[in-house]
Amino acid sequence: MELPRSQRLFAWLDERFNLSPLIDFMKKKEVPIHRHTIWYYMGGVSLFLFLIQLFTGILLLLYYQPGEASAYDSIRFIMNKVPFGWLFRSIHSWGANLFVLFIFVHMFSTFFTRAYRKPRELTWVTGFVLLVLAMAFGFSGYLLPWNELAFFATKVGTDIAGVLPVVGDAIKLVLRGGEDVTGATLTRFYAFHIALIPAIFTVFLGLHLLFVQRQGMHEPESVAGLPPERKKMIPFFPNFLLRDIFAWLIVLNVLLFLSVFFPWELGVEADPLAPAPSGIRPEWYFMFMFQTLKFIPPHVLGIEGEVLGVLAFSVAGLAWLLVPFWEIREKDSDRLKPMALIGFLALAFIIVMTIVGYLV
Amino acid sequence: MAESRRKFLNILIGGGIVGWLASVLYPVVSFLKPPALPEANVSALKVGPVADFAAGSSRIVKFGRTPVLLVRLDSGDFRAFAATCTHLDCTVQYRTDKKDIWCACHNGIYDLMGRNVSGPPPRPLEQFVATEIEGEIVVSRLEA
Amino acid sequence: MISRPKSYLFTLLLTAGLGYPAVAQDVPEGLQEDQCVVCHTDLEALPENFVFDNVHMRPRMSCAGCHGGDRTTDDEEIAHAGDFVGVPTAEAIPSFCGSCHSDINYMRQFQPSASTDQVSQYFTSAHGQALRQGDENVATCISCHTSHATLPASDGRSSVHPFNVPDMCNGCHGDAALMAEYGFRTNQYGDFVESVHGTALLERQDIGAPACNDCHGNHGAMPPGIQSIENVCGMCHVNNAEFFESTPMAVAFAEEGLHACEECHGIHDVAKTFDDMVGVGDESVCTMCHDEGDRGYEVADSIHAQLVMLKSVQDSAQVLLERVQNIGMDDVEISYSLRDANESLIQARTAVHSFEPEKTGELTDKGVESARAAMAMANEEIEGFRFRRFGFGIATLFITVLTVALFFKIREIESSRAS
Repeated sequence: MELPRSQRLFAWLDERFNLSPLIDFMKKKEVPIHRHTIWYYMGGVSLFLFLIQLFTGILLLLYYQPGEASAYDSIRFIMNKVPFGWLFRSIHSWGANLFVLFIFVHMFSTFFTRAYRKPRELTWVTGFVLLVLAMAFGFSGYLLPWNELAFFATKVGTDIAGVLPVVGDAIKLVLRGGEDVTGATLTRFYAFHIALIPAIFTVFLGLHLLFVQRQGMHEPESVAGLPPERKKMIPFFPNFLLRDIFAWLIVLNVLLFLSVFFPWELGVEADPLAPAPSGIRPEWYFMFMFQTLKFIPPHVLGIEGEVLGVLAFSVAGLAWLLVPFWEIREKDSDRLKPMALIGFLALAFIIVMTIVGYLV
Repeated sequence: MAESRRKFLNILIGGGIVGWLASVLYPVVSFLKPPALPEANVSALKVGPVADFAAGSSRIVKFGRTPVLLVRLDSGDFRAFAATCTHLDCTVQYRTDKKDIWCACHNGIYDLMGRNVSGPPPRPLEQFVATEIEGEIVVSRLEA
Repeated sequence: MISRPKSYLFTLLLTAGLGYPAVAQDVPEGLQEDQCVVCHTDLEALPENFVFDNVHMRPRMSCAGCHGGDRTTDDEEIAHAGDFVGVPTAEAIPSFCGSCHSDINYMRQFQPSASTDQVSQYFTSAHGQALRQGDENVATCISCHTSHATLPASDGRSSVHPFNVPDMCNGCHGDAALMAEYGFRTNQYGDFVESVHGTALLERQDIGAPACNDCHGNHGAMPPGIQSIENVCGMCHVNNAEFFESTPMAVAFAEEGLHACEECHGIHDVAKTFDDMVGVGDESVCTMCHDEGDRGYEVADSIHAQLVMLKSVQDSAQVLLERVQNIGMDDVEISYSLRDANESLIQARTAVHSFEPEKTGELTDKGVESARAAMAMANEEIEGFRFRRFGFGIATLFITVLTVALFFKIREIESSRAS
């Protein structure tokens, strides 16, 4: 008996690539459903936003001309001469912000549900690296339209990197491609934004996703302890995937709404010779660090305040990266859970400093 | 009942996907189609066949954001200058009878090399290049 | 007699070995055989203000070219005999310089198109006439050109280079004691430096701006008379002068003995103009003569209103343009239209000198029209930025439908599984 054509094709492929175990794996893959399930979507949404960034980024590449003389004009050209150019540019700008936002949410939900614990230490580490890379994406992409705000924000941002002891000057020089922020910086940031960071990001994203697939979804303690008959599981395929798509569509709708109704502006072309305008601000996800540095007094214990601040953030970042390896295990008798407290303080600090940054 | 509901739902999903794809593809395809002026910075502008310009005539063409005065000299040669007077940014014109470039605002006068020869203009006009390519005049920026 | 190369060697040895003053090194090439130059350099007896770059310091001219004597001998007596003239008196200077500069046959060897009327012009000037009367305090050729640092006016080091002229004239005209003898004021330089001309010339170093001589003349220097002042200003401000000439005001000014441009704009202190100079406000110059009720007063008021109107429309359009640029919409045509408006404003400001509201109004109307067109285009762009994009709601609609359908689909799948 002749098999249907689709099955013959599958058989042909299976013979060569041994797909059956993969299919079995996907069929068996299940996702636990409980009151914390909502946090499972955050990673998927971040991934979806990354794909949108990739797609709109490639489209923008078709018209963008890096270079001090052409960058601003080419974005203006994209925004008012290329059909729907304004839309893709607006989506790319808004998408970048939502991307970083969802990674933050994803990270904190992971932290509070203790999903970083054994065996998921490396999933956490790769995830944190992805967050840093996403912020680097934002920082480098912000300069590309070559407008006044971005120009001075880049100046301030690279200056901050420059205060690091020993390596600071070298980092600043490499980032700027010279002593100052110039057209050379623009060329570099362009290279970082479209080649270097995407390449590294893809590697870490691959690892991150691979780890998730190998280990399955993490169950919070409150759920994991339940007897099997009280646990609810649904198949990943198609049930959870459809739910994922459902979440993506909502995010896409929000993204489109923002892009269409609050289109991203272009600003004034950067003039390296003009004095810095007032109100220079970094992107919101750098605001808490920027604002903290402003609050540190110029000299603390004989060390320059800014140096101290940058060092403190570096140490804090490193500690956060290594959370799975030094976690303070709480005892059942503890009324205050130490890790929850740390996470809460970190989150509160970020939120308060960000708000203060925008109010001051 | 359940069957018809399922059918309806499937149609809705199928239609939604098609509509969504169309609303993605339409902007993408439009985006890929290059606009009339395919570049942000105009680097060269075709202004028409040589035959359209009589000797001793002139025309102002919009070179991106800069108006450019294109003059065909009596000798048949073409010259191009930024049509912006260097005094107060009025638009200059070629005077066929007097064979000079003139700004009506304050009577500033430039020669046919674009040099300021009398009146208030402090500097010569910015030069552009007019080249004949296959019978057509192309205006471009003077390379620095 | 020692042959030339040997004498050269001998000198070299002497200078190297004995520290003998190396005359040959100070004197430029070509003048090393000129004994006047050699000796006077050697003895450090060159005239005050002497420079070797002086136009006259060339072979076969140099010192003896003007002062006479024999340049070929190093014998002091012989050199200073014959037609030698020492320091000429002030009275003798015009003819001293004129012996060459008034002789076209001589001058055209150097400059085929040289003019040779300087001395004759000089005697038409106030300076020259006073010199004729025996007043030796007045300016002669060397007062302006210097005696021994004479350089062409195009040379930045020259006393008569445009940047240096105001200072040079002020050397005498700013000397209160000297000017008191003639009953002259000494504030011209101070006024000029502050004026629009002075700042352009001296601060901006714009050689197109006038120095003293551009209005007063070079060699025939005189203050311009009533009839000539508008022509003097009109040399550069052509359109303004043309408008003014054909007005009844020009006639009235002449009858009253008023100086055309000067009455409103001043003389040496000509300031940058502004729109409130015309009209009936505090800064208006019109109200110096015109009072409420007369026709001139009304004209001034309406011209002022026209200018202010155009300027304010233009300013609003400019604000909109900046907004359009900031949001990244198309600003090219708006900029072109605003350019036209600006051009009309500039022309209307010049046309103020016709004192005809019809003429200025025509221009300001044109300008207002261009500026309004720019505003309309700008508003369209801004509207487009906000509202044209509602059309994209269609995509959002599809996604919403899809989302809702998906929601029910998920429920359906999951309920069928549960049952």
